[in-house]
Amino acid sequence: MLLSLPALHLQTSEHHPLFQLPHGRLGPWCSPSGSPAPLSCETGCGEGSWILVCRLLVPTQVSLLSMEEDIDTRKINNSFLRDHSYATEADIISTVEFNHTGELLATGDKGGRVVIFQREQESKNQVHRRGEYNVYSTFQSHEPEFDYLKSLEIEEKINKIRWLPQQNAAYFLLSTNDKTVKLWKVSERDKRPEGYNLKDEEGRLRDPATITTLRVPVLRPMDLMVEATPRRVFANAHTYHINSISVNSDYETYMSADDLRINLWNFEITNQSFNIVDIKPANMEELTEVITAAEFHPHHCNTFVYSSSKGTIRLCDMRASALCDRHTKFFEEPEDPSNRSFFSEIISSISDVKFSHSGRYIMTRDYLTVKVWDLNMENRPIETYQVHDYLRSKLCSLYENDCIFDKFECVWNGSDSVIMTGSYNNFFRMFDRNTKRDVTLEASRENSKPRAILKPRKVCVGGKRRKDEISVDSLDFSKKILHTAWHPSENIIAVAATNNLYIFQDKVN
Amino acid sequence: MFARGLKRKCADHEEDMGGALAGFRAVPSYSLQRQSLLDMSLVKLQLCHMLVEPNLCRSVLIANTVRQIQEEMTQDGTWRVAAPQSTGRAPLDRLVSTEILCRSMREQDGVHPAPGMGDDHVLGPGSELSTVTSAQTPRDPQNSVWEMDSPRENRGNFQKSLDQIFETLETRNPSSAEELFSDMDSSYYDLDTVLTGVVSRAEPGPCDGLQGLPPVATPASSSSCKSDLGELDHVMEILVET
Repeated sequence: MLLSLPALHLQTSEHHPLFQLPHGRLGPWCSPSGSPAPLSCETGCGEGSWILVCRLLVPTQVSLLSMEEDIDTRKINNSFLRDHSYATEADIISTVEFNHTGELLATGDKGGRVVIFQREQESKNQVHRRGEYNVYSTFQSHEPEFDYLKSLEIEEKINKIRWLPQQNAAYFLLSTNDKTVKLWKVSERDKRPEGYNLKDEEGRLRDPATITTLRVPVLRPMDLMVEATPRRVFANAHTYHINSISVNSDYETYMSADDLRINLWNFEITNQSFNIVDIKPANMEELTEVITAAEFHPHHCNTFVYSSSKGTIRLCDMRASALCDRHTKFFEEPEDPSNRSFFSEIISSISDVKFSHSGRYIMTRDYLTVKVWDLNMENRPIETYQVHDYLRSKLCSLYENDCIFDKFECVWNGSDSVIMTGSYNNFFRMFDRNTKRDVTLEASRENSKPRAILKPRKVCVGGKRRKDEISVDSLDFSKKILHTAWHPSENIIAVAATNNLYIFQDKVN
Repeated sequence: MFARGLKRKCADHEEDMGGALAGFRAVPSYSLQRQSLLDMSLVKLQLCHMLVEPNLCRSVLIANTVRQIQEEMTQDGTWRVAAPQSTGRAPLDRLVSTEILCRSMREQDGVHPAPGMGDDHVLGPGSELSTVTSAQTPRDPQNSVWEMDSPRENRGNFQKSLDQIFETLETRNPSSAEELFSDMDSSYYDLDTVLTGVVSRAEPGPCDGLQGLPPVATPASSSSCKSDLGELDHVMEILVET
């Protein structure tokens, strides 16, 4: 359960003078005159400062949250027997996603739960509170299952959440674990009908013979209740583990991708899906490559891309054929012979692929870099950003402890001018594509007070370690930021660090 | 851990081979690094979570790494695939066989080892193997027959093993899990068994009492054999403890 702890929020009575940088103090990328660079989506977010809005902790007790939801209340209550002093593994956040307006922020965790946060509405009295997110709804999306045929457990961990664009008062999202995709409807109820005379006080149906009057119930206001109901369950279509889901721009179909296949679904039909990509070899012995991520083009409903473990991206057009085994475009960067090692293939494996909002570019994340590709140029990316190149000399150790297989995600900001991805030691990195500046920030409890400006971090690579720098050997590889999200139009980011969700925003004057 | 896994040039490689004969160096040689990486990868492929289906992407990447190493070692001529063994063989016999195998290889190269010479270097302190190596067995005249194993066949064996591991991953059942682990003690060094978890019974070869001898192409192989034994020892400790 995610709960916004009051202690972490800015109290309304407090007035922090931090909105203005003190004179003479230069941020690391201020213009030479000393004034802070303008902060707006258009000019990019590598400049300016980031402040912590709130940190949302996953508490291990359940009782604090209002439990008006009908769904799975009992199951959630039964899971209360958790140690309060540390977060359990089930609380580890496994996916983060803003909806299309940015009003809602959904997280999924390893325990199969989805928690939705809603942005605090702006009000004249509490202008400071704008930008904070509070819990809106919580529900158990997936349960652990057992595959009897293979004698294997199916984890309930939520791999991905994708929102549907809002078309009426209710919100819809897709959530998936390894095998099953579910469509959830999240709706509000603030009225209830009262005045039925068909039941007695205890709720038992009255004998119809005793009812002598016709009473029309009236709607009376009630406390706001948010309920989540599963509207569709798309099951039994994937032999391998689902790694991606993507809603099509036609809002009628979506795709789900596992290691070897991609299926196309219609939202209304749960017992059928079309297989549009199948890279399973006839002989499993010949398997050398798997699908790692897939996404639909934001505007062209016939186009999608998928990435592979060999560092390639294929763009497919569904108009070409029913089974898109033959790509329309093939993106691959030639290997750098000077950097060749036994780990070359592993670190080239793409862990995430994202279209830019414009649809013109795709961004890919492999183990050490983020690359931006122009859809019109297949032979190499147009930009390459080093996320943590200092790890290149540590690849053997990272292979030994399996960190080399970590799947980092990457995100665009609303204007496609800044890209962000996570790293180790709770660091995350932002790259401004226009100014070519980059910054490393840390999402940690120790270093972040509410509304405090995040201090840029630096990793020292050999040589003398300056003050405030951290050496490569001191990095904590168990603290990894795999999942981040960027508000679709504003400079608000959500960063998941184990069981903590940090929300940062651009400092506003 | 190790220095950056750069592929060194040929000249460095041979130089390292020669140097390794003198004993362990402070910086592990390239072939030692490579062998260690191979061993690590094989262990990773085996130690999958038994409850949940293993991550296919990770398995594929590790298997590709193993293939890559195997191809390179085949080109170097240092690749050795042990022939499938029958179960029930006492571990000690195995170790004897391995030692004899290496000694025979060295003899073929024209290097006559003094009793227990280089072995102690390789086996490390407190190794059980060192006690085994005191006895020298005469060179088996049929070694040459086994050396005729072509790299291609070895590669085929290896490929087959890798293939089977994917089948294992695909159609997992509890019994295969037991088999996967039951053989680890005695047959770790046997790639086929390691990768499949199933002991395959080859037709009895002429050297029934020995492991199949791999082709000996270069003098360098003897030193890699010593390093292999060191690795084997290390791995044995891990396996026995599991």
